[in-house]
Amino acid sequence: MAYAYTPFPYNPPPGLTAPEPRHPVVIVGAGPIGLSMAVDLALRGVKSVVLDDNNVVSLGSRAICWAKRTLEIFDRLGIGERMLDKGVTWKVGRQFHGEREVYNFDLLPEPGHKYPAFVNLQQYYVEEYLVERAQDFPDLIDLRFLNKVTDHKGHADHVELTVETPDGPYLLETDWYIACDGAGSATRKRMNLPFEGQTFDEHFLIADVEMETSPFGDHDTPERWFWFAPPFHNGQSALLHKQPDNIYRIDLQLGPETDPKAEATEEKVLPRLKQMLGDAPFRLDWMSVYKFRCARLERFVHDRVVFVGDSAHVVSPFGARGGNGGVQDVDNLGWKLAAVVQGDAPTSLIESYDIERGHGADENMRNSARATNFMTPKSPIETLFRNEVLTLAARHPFARKLINSGRLSQPCTLAHSPLQTAGDAPLRPGNALIDAPLAGPAGDRWLLGEVQGQFTLLAVGGITAPDIPGLSRIGIDQSQGAYPCFQGKDGHAQQRYGSGFLYLLRPDGHVCAVFDQPDRAAISRAFARAFDGALDCAKGATA
Amino acid sequence: MILQDNLGTEGDTVYAALMAAHEGLSEAESHALNARLVLMLANEVGDPARLETLFKAARDLA
Repeated sequence: MAYAYTPFPYNPPPGLTAPEPRHPVVIVGAGPIGLSMAVDLALRGVKSVVLDDNNVVSLGSRAICWAKRTLEIFDRLGIGERMLDKGVTWKVGRQFHGEREVYNFDLLPEPGHKYPAFVNLQQYYVEEYLVERAQDFPDLIDLRFLNKVTDHKGHADHVELTVETPDGPYLLETDWYIACDGAGSATRKRMNLPFEGQTFDEHFLIADVEMETSPFGDHDTPERWFWFAPPFHNGQSALLHKQPDNIYRIDLQLGPETDPKAEATEEKVLPRLKQMLGDAPFRLDWMSVYKFRCARLERFVHDRVVFVGDSAHVVSPFGARGGNGGVQDVDNLGWKLAAVVQGDAPTSLIESYDIERGHGADENMRNSARATNFMTPKSPIETLFRNEVLTLAARHPFARKLINSGRLSQPCTLAHSPLQTAGDAPLRPGNALIDAPLAGPAGDRWLLGEVQGQFTLLAVGGITAPDIPGLSRIGIDQSQGAYPCFQGKDGHAQQRYGSGFLYLLRPDGHVCAVFDQPDRAAISRAFARAFDGALDCAKGATA
Repeated sequence: MILQDNLGTEGDTVYAALMAAHEGLSEAESHALNARLVLMLANEVGDPARLETLFKAARDLA
């Protein structure tokens, strides 16, 4: 059935009648990124005001593919299990050339993870769950719908905002202004910041259809199907995904010489869909025609204004690196902003967000640009190479790896970040954690659920985690002692983390440092570096 | 003859670099570049027997 868009209530904000005290954090935009940001901060006891010019969730499914790492972050924020229950789980992608399957890949071949490679779930559900989750923190999250920021002025230590409501304008002051206002960010435009990159000439039609009969045919299977030169869509490419509620996502490449306004009409879209779907009845739920674009801000941090998600960087969608990249921004910024607001870290820690997520954005842009170039060759010679890769792939394995219909979102490594301390272990510093099933005194647990959210010292095998202020501790495959200990199940933890190692883990689920001795001084140094390691970079940035 | 993947995680990088090598060339210039490249790679492989097998494998898909 079609999603029922229920408006959220508007309440006249206090600033309309009397000046409000300066807020620690104002978040502009109540999409998945802004709402996640508010929940992340609330879990750390930091108050925020969330302003949105609208009062309903996202119109249309928009971001639908949520990657494993993102689901693990949403698990920490409290909506991961709900997404898993409602969403469509998948891990296999199939690629066709014409009618023939040329290659398939399995994104998560090993068991032993709480979350699958991907869950497909419409963005409106994710926003609905996040709004409900935000309402669990009435003293910490102040959600203000129909509050449109019309102007802002940055100062060295705060930002002034002008906000328009149905009852007129009011002023707000905040220590930190978090711009989560999306690809068309009004914040970015007011600041005249260049948003540079690459726009691709090709137009794409994106359509959601509701139908009882599965377009996956007899296979009816939750997978990602991609066609080069599909028989039902002349010479172009096509993508098919399954979503909950019998809704299917279809992407059709339309070519460069296309009038986007004329294409985004039922008159044009329905015949295209019928070519693909045959005589099976369907209802068109949502559609959009757009061009791919990869662009980013040069810097994500401008004094007290911080850009998060699409306002900071956009990528073309094949690869699911937009929404997923944004949620990883939140994961990276949340603990840092909380530490700075609460006086536990120097302001320079926010600079490390720019460094680390700038690196992530570059990786996402590079991958999505390459996929787009492969899918939409821009010269006869590129077309020739692309087609011959597909020809070779039918027989020779090496060519299958070159087929690029989107390299699906993976967390980037932070190995080169100034917050990390180099070292050697089965999972090296900078890598995102890998989940593992554990058995504990109170029953079965997942590793990620035990360690995410705060700095943690994880001890595996015969090594004891020393007691260091500010660090929580857990052990795997060791006897119960001064901290909670678990047994790894089915050898997964041992295979992923080895034995006889201490892992210093960041709140955002990345390995910060590793040790093979319980060296208190070395661990304390690495822990301190995770807070002040960006000091030099901040100096460099202002020089 | 290696027909299993031999580029690992660098496959996309190599493919992008190959496309960049063709950037801005006319179709005829690109075909000439391809011919030079095949000859250079043949020299790089340096083994007539392996090259013969590769030529045949490519030809079989024609």
